[in-house]
Amino acid sequence: MKRKLILGLAVFCLAGPACADWAINMPKGITDMSHETWRLHMHVFWWCVAIGIVVFGTMAYTIFKHRKSRGHQAAQFAHNGKLEVVWTAIPVIILLIMAVPAAETLVKLEYTQDPDLTVVITGYQWRWHYEYPDLGVEFFSTLAAESNAARRKGSGIDPATVENYLLDVDKPLVVPKGAKVRVLLTSKDVIHAWWVPALAIKKDAIPGFMNQMWFRPEQTGTYRGQCAELCGVDHGYMPVVVHVVEPAEFKTWVAARAEEAAPATAAGEEE
Amino acid sequence: MTTAVAGAHAAEHHGPPKGWRRWVFSTNHKDIGTMYLVFSLTMFFIGGTLALLIRTELFSPGLQFMLPEFFNQLTTMHALIMIFGAVMPSMVGLGNWMIPLMIGAPDMALPRMNNWSFWILPFAFTLLLSTFFMRGGAPAGGWTMYPPLVLQTGDAFPFLIFSIHLMGLSSIMGAINIIVTVLNLRAPDMSLLKMPLFVWAWLITAYLLLAVMPVLAGAVTMLLTDQFFGTSFFLAAGGGDPVLYQHIFWFFGHPEVYIMILPAFGLISEIIPTFARKPLFGHDSMVYALACIAFLSFVVWSHHMFTVGMPLTGQLFFMFATMLISVPTGVKIFNWTATMWRGAMTFETPMLFAIAFVVLFTIGGFSGLMVAIVPADIQYHDTYFVVAHFHYVLVPGSVFAVLGAVYYWLPKWTGTMYNEKLGQLHFWLSAIFVNVLFFPMHFVGLAGMPRRIPDYSVQFADFNAISSIGAYGFGLAQLLFVYIVIRAVRGKGKRATSEVWDHPKGLEWTVPSPAPHHTFEVPPKVSSADAFS
Repeated sequence: MKRKLILGLAVFCLAGPACADWAINMPKGITDMSHETWRLHMHVFWWCVAIGIVVFGTMAYTIFKHRKSRGHQAAQFAHNGKLEVVWTAIPVIILLIMAVPAAETLVKLEYTQDPDLTVVITGYQWRWHYEYPDLGVEFFSTLAAESNAARRKGSGIDPATVENYLLDVDKPLVVPKGAKVRVLLTSKDVIHAWWVPALAIKKDAIPGFMNQMWFRPEQTGTYRGQCAELCGVDHGYMPVVVHVVEPAEFKTWVAARAEEAAPATAAGEEE
Repeated sequence: MTTAVAGAHAAEHHGPPKGWRRWVFSTNHKDIGTMYLVFSLTMFFIGGTLALLIRTELFSPGLQFMLPEFFNQLTTMHALIMIFGAVMPSMVGLGNWMIPLMIGAPDMALPRMNNWSFWILPFAFTLLLSTFFMRGGAPAGGWTMYPPLVLQTGDAFPFLIFSIHLMGLSSIMGAINIIVTVLNLRAPDMSLLKMPLFVWAWLITAYLLLAVMPVLAGAVTMLLTDQFFGTSFFLAAGGGDPVLYQHIFWFFGHPEVYIMILPAFGLISEIIPTFARKPLFGHDSMVYALACIAFLSFVVWSHHMFTVGMPLTGQLFFMFATMLISVPTGVKIFNWTATMWRGAMTFETPMLFAIAFVVLFTIGGFSGLMVAIVPADIQYHDTYFVVAHFHYVLVPGSVFAVLGAVYYWLPKWTGTMYNEKLGQLHFWLSAIFVNVLFFPMHFVGLAGMPRRIPDYSVQFADFNAISSIGAYGFGLAQLLFVYIVIRAVRGKGKRATSEVWDHPKGLEWTVPSPAPHHTFEVPPKVSSADAFS
């Protein structure tokens, strides 16, 4: 029984570092800021591991050594002023080591000025509306049809057969690689949150508020996320998909979208 | 010892009334404590059943058993029941039973109010649970009740608000009772700094309750008037501010999480010295650490809201303040370790739970430090990483402390030793399954799974299945706990001595086991050996 306790404690100590492997860790992402966030996350994590080894190691040692069954006599000390000052001061120093880079990254994250492109994102129950105010492009982005069919209770469709189950939309947000994209975020009903892990940004879309954040994607590709704030029945069914393309391809895409929208607007004006 | 004998003698003459009257009309701190604990255990199983339903639906991707609306009701009700129905009443129950015994008081200072503060709870939770059968179902907007979403609740809405008001009333009265008892009814030579840590922890917790429960009441009342009386406190369309609600709620909410953990700190500080056969290390610094944590809890609330869009300076302040909490918390962990250091330890069930508490709560503390770092928290926020974090501090944290405390004092309450083998089996099953249940949640959270979703993308499937298996194991293991307690209550087992353990310190061990109905009718003498310092 007692040996098990030690073994158990040893497992608890080892579980942290052994499991913090790549496949189960935070993604590094595709922006400089996401890399910084990831480094910050690992920095704090390794400090926790180090503290864990010291504290749990001491506990394991004392549990093994200072037990009555081994005939250990209890000491009766109950104070040690110096020691107490030391273990109050050391954590403060460690916290400072963590706080400085965290504050630096935060200051950069908050600098939303000088964007190359602005996107206005509006949350609805339960889809996203994307608008490029300077380019005259806007559209809704909704859960992809295949996922939507498979997600119904008793649909009989195995989610494993659906590509990007629950993480796919009909029309993704398209942004050019290398551009600083400023996101203006609001909502028309309840609070939602727009999140893409690979971009390391998440912010609430709040009715009556205009929030802002920014990202500069350094890699083309498709990146997926989800609404992160409980927003009602279909909270789990309003994914976010971002398409990062080359700047030239982005121009073609904008032109195509503008053309699509133009006849509709013209027809609307005639009426 | 003379006082204890006097207590036992008096009990023969003023025994409790028989039958249901004993419980309904009770003004006895021991009976009311028992009722709190039984109520808490009942709610623990109801809330646990809801959790098992959640884990059943999340066992594999796709919707197999329920619709998303019912899933959201389950998560909301699970949280409300566990927080207000299971964890808080369990601490009040332990406080009711043990505080008078630990400070040498004959009873709580305000016994009738004690009765009332308990008997509000069954009504509050009957109201809350009845919402499952109403049009629109139970509340489904999360236990945090954020507007505007919570205003979409169906018929359950006013019942939700009213039951929260009732729980608040109960908590406030309980807190007043504990403060008055501790400040006025201590044995004559028990100075404040001689008080056992559990009493200290509860005194500080009671002040937290007094400070923040009215704030919660204010917040939910504003929700009520927004819904029914045309106000727009939190409605942007009427010039209100939905974020204001979150600030008010978390001004209550963060002290609330310490309300659930500070008494647990106290419990652990009682258990470890007994089984290390050594006085608690740094009694006074433990008290200062508690006070420090309580103070800081009032200035960190916005760390629950790092994604709402706050000014940079606000985010920096709340990040630094939150990180500071790890200093006094660290002091507590180090002091417990130092208490064990060079002791003569034995590992009965209460000690096992206490050690598991220190280790697993520390893991929850580590993830707590991680979520304090704003840029990283932007990734963690509202994911399963946060779910893993708060379940680590609440389940192997608060709940383990309560389980350990029940094993610790059960012989004092019943006069019978619980079955040690079964107790240790219960411990090992709980300790193993709680990790199987909650550890994988760190991984899916980091990999990007949001919380409060009924269905998820297939890459999260494996860890969710493991979590669900852990949940069933943990849930079933608690049935064993009920069996062990019932056996002890029925007197099946060795008779307990008045000391129960190997020369434990504290006044509660000077009265016979089971503790007679009335104790300390004459204030006891507190020798230096009785106090932990």
